[in-house]
Amino acid sequence: MWRALTGRTALPEPLRSAARRLVSQSRCLSAASASATPSVSAAASDGKEAWRASNAERTFGGLQDQDRIFTNLYGEHDPLLQGALRRGDWYRTKDLIGKGRDWIINELKASGLRGRGGAGFPTGLKYSFMPKQSADGRPNYLVVNCDESEPGTAKDREIMRHDPHKLVEGMLLVGVAMGARAAYAYVRGEYVHERHQLERAVQEAYANGLLGRNACGSGYNFDVYVHYGAGAYICGEETALLESLEGKQGKPRLKPPFPANIGLYGCPSTVTNTETVSVVPTILRRGPDWFASLGRKNNSGTKLFIVSGHVNSPCVVEEEMSIPLRALIERHAGGVRGGWDNLLAVIPGGSSVPLIPKWICDDVMMDFDALRDVTSGLGTAAVIVMDKSTDVVAAIRRLSYFYKHESCGQCTPCREGTGWLWRIMQRMERGEARMAEIDMLWETSKHIEGHCICALADAAAWPVQGLIRHFRPEMERRIREYQAQAATAVNGEKTATA
Amino acid sequence: MNWTRAWLRTSVIGHRLAGCGRASQTRQPAVAHSASSGSNIHRDTPYNNEQMTFEFTEENYQRIEQILKKYPKNYKQSAVIALLDMAQRQCGGWVPLAAMNKVAQVLEMNPMRVYEVATFYTMIHRSPIGKYNLQVCTTTPCMLRGAYDVLQACAEESGAEVGGDSADGLFHLMEVECLGACANAPMMQINDEYYEDLTPESAKRVVRSFRDGKPLPKGPQISRSNSMGPMGKTSLFEEPPGPHCREL
Repeated sequence: MWRALTGRTALPEPLRSAARRLVSQSRCLSAASASATPSVSAAASDGKEAWRASNAERTFGGLQDQDRIFTNLYGEHDPLLQGALRRGDWYRTKDLIGKGRDWIINELKASGLRGRGGAGFPTGLKYSFMPKQSADGRPNYLVVNCDESEPGTAKDREIMRHDPHKLVEGMLLVGVAMGARAAYAYVRGEYVHERHQLERAVQEAYANGLLGRNACGSGYNFDVYVHYGAGAYICGEETALLESLEGKQGKPRLKPPFPANIGLYGCPSTVTNTETVSVVPTILRRGPDWFASLGRKNNSGTKLFIVSGHVNSPCVVEEEMSIPLRALIERHAGGVRGGWDNLLAVIPGGSSVPLIPKWICDDVMMDFDALRDVTSGLGTAAVIVMDKSTDVVAAIRRLSYFYKHESCGQCTPCREGTGWLWRIMQRMERGEARMAEIDMLWETSKHIEGHCICALADAAAWPVQGLIRHFRPEMERRIREYQAQAATAVNGEKTATA
Repeated sequence: MNWTRAWLRTSVIGHRLAGCGRASQTRQPAVAHSASSGSNIHRDTPYNNEQMTFEFTEENYQRIEQILKKYPKNYKQSAVIALLDMAQRQCGGWVPLAAMNKVAQVLEMNPMRVYEVATFYTMIHRSPIGKYNLQVCTTTPCMLRGAYDVLQACAEESGAEVGGDSADGLFHLMEVECLGACANAPMMQINDEYYEDLTPESAKRVVRSFRDGKPLPKGPQISRSNSMGPMGKTSLFEEPPGPHCREL
């Protein structure tokens, strides 16, 4: 999620404040709820808690098969061109291209599609930032972020290995919308099989005249290149991805200049998520009204959800946006291990978002706005379920280690701070700390958040903040227990010496 | 600054800097904090030093030609990860200094720029490792489903410690961060293949199959298909609808 968040700065000046507001909401909320638990009081302006599924105008979820976009999610059909054609990919693509650049962007705006990488920035708006005409002959580039590595997230992988033509066709249409001459897909290095599958799909598309010169017979020239990384989470951040694509260390760039002005190879570029690109052809073919009719207002469409952790049947599933979390887990993931009452907490959007305790999970909807209201986020819709047997402090400590390991080391607050967080969390896990150190941990996370070039630092801070917000009593209990044990040990020693 | 001098004496990079008369400018060794684990310092060994040579195979040169077509002519450097990966595969799982220098020569880069990249990314190994690289994911989603037991089982079965090789040189064991197959947790990657839905027993079985030279099929090690829930699918019961488009 954090990696898409940095997209907020990739905007022309007039729109930046709006985008900043969008992102800063989550920060304000986390700051506002620093006090006691349960502190989630985020009420809608009309006074009712809009995040609750029970307050929604209708029950979301229960998506019909005919409304699913990813019809080969489980790889039951031929993923390559013949199968893709049978499933309706590449159908009338020429006509869609013929409608022109502005039409595509307007249709995307009307559909209400928001970026699927985490920050949920309106896609049509983002694509419209690319320069219309090149003043100096620099080409526009589309860069697709297939560097999926947010813990909990495994959706782009399914697209690449089972429905690669949705992605390839999406790249062409989005490329047209941006006036791009080529697209680069940056696939994470570990996804060897997925990359080969995507490369195969691209080759097929070239061989059948769907890409290259005069793509689909539309008169538009467009190339797609598959590039791969070598194992660095940071390369999912848009400017780090561009650096890595240029053959350097994946260290995020300072913005401005924004990629839409100076991006890949110094040319205007837009980095966008795999799922966002892959749903574009279907939206254009079925119409924005259809897409907007699914999910709550401003949170429209379908979404790939990944349910992992302590559920009976972990899976990837496409569902309607705004589906209640409980329905998602019980209908598609076989329920929480040991029943719903055995639930402890859920991380609803990949490791970067704060966890939410059971009482919120009971009634929260899975969409951008509802989860923002409960000081968490939809992120990549990677639902990590933890039942009561979980050592929740250890689970977050492991995430802190993840961020420490993946920090690129460029900014001091992140390079040093992620290590601090991890070391303090290690002690918190054992209870080997003073009570005041919980506040110190909170304070430290606040010093890290928002003080670095990219949002990895924020992402490292949020899980820890979520833990303190909702599980402070548990942390205090451990500290008291540890102190009591230490006191007993000391007393025992004294008695022995006496 | 004794340690700096000691480093400059022993390292190839140090020799270069000293040779260029720039040693006095290097206040610190280039031990950058990086995303990869392990030391970033190169130390000469009999099997990995500057006197050694490396050459890509003829077949690989043809592939390099294809790869370079993807990038603008003045941005050959973009291919550095692909070439390092190719060199790593050619050398049996690691990239010697000579190969990095060769990559620099092919891509017309400064060798230091190649070292920077090679030290930054976790998938590039700069010292030899076992033939099969067991990479067990232990990040939270896998951890919740018992990844540490799987790691333990892999260590027992392979005879390698975490971060080390087995005595027979067959296995290298690593604890890695999220590999992006969280619906199929816990999982591990062995060289290029993902082995998913592991238990300590099935992990041992997989490791054993590699030792026996008959690797088990990749993918979930329980009865499930890809990322479909093990209790059966809950969607996509109908045949996918055929081509459809509204009136444009």
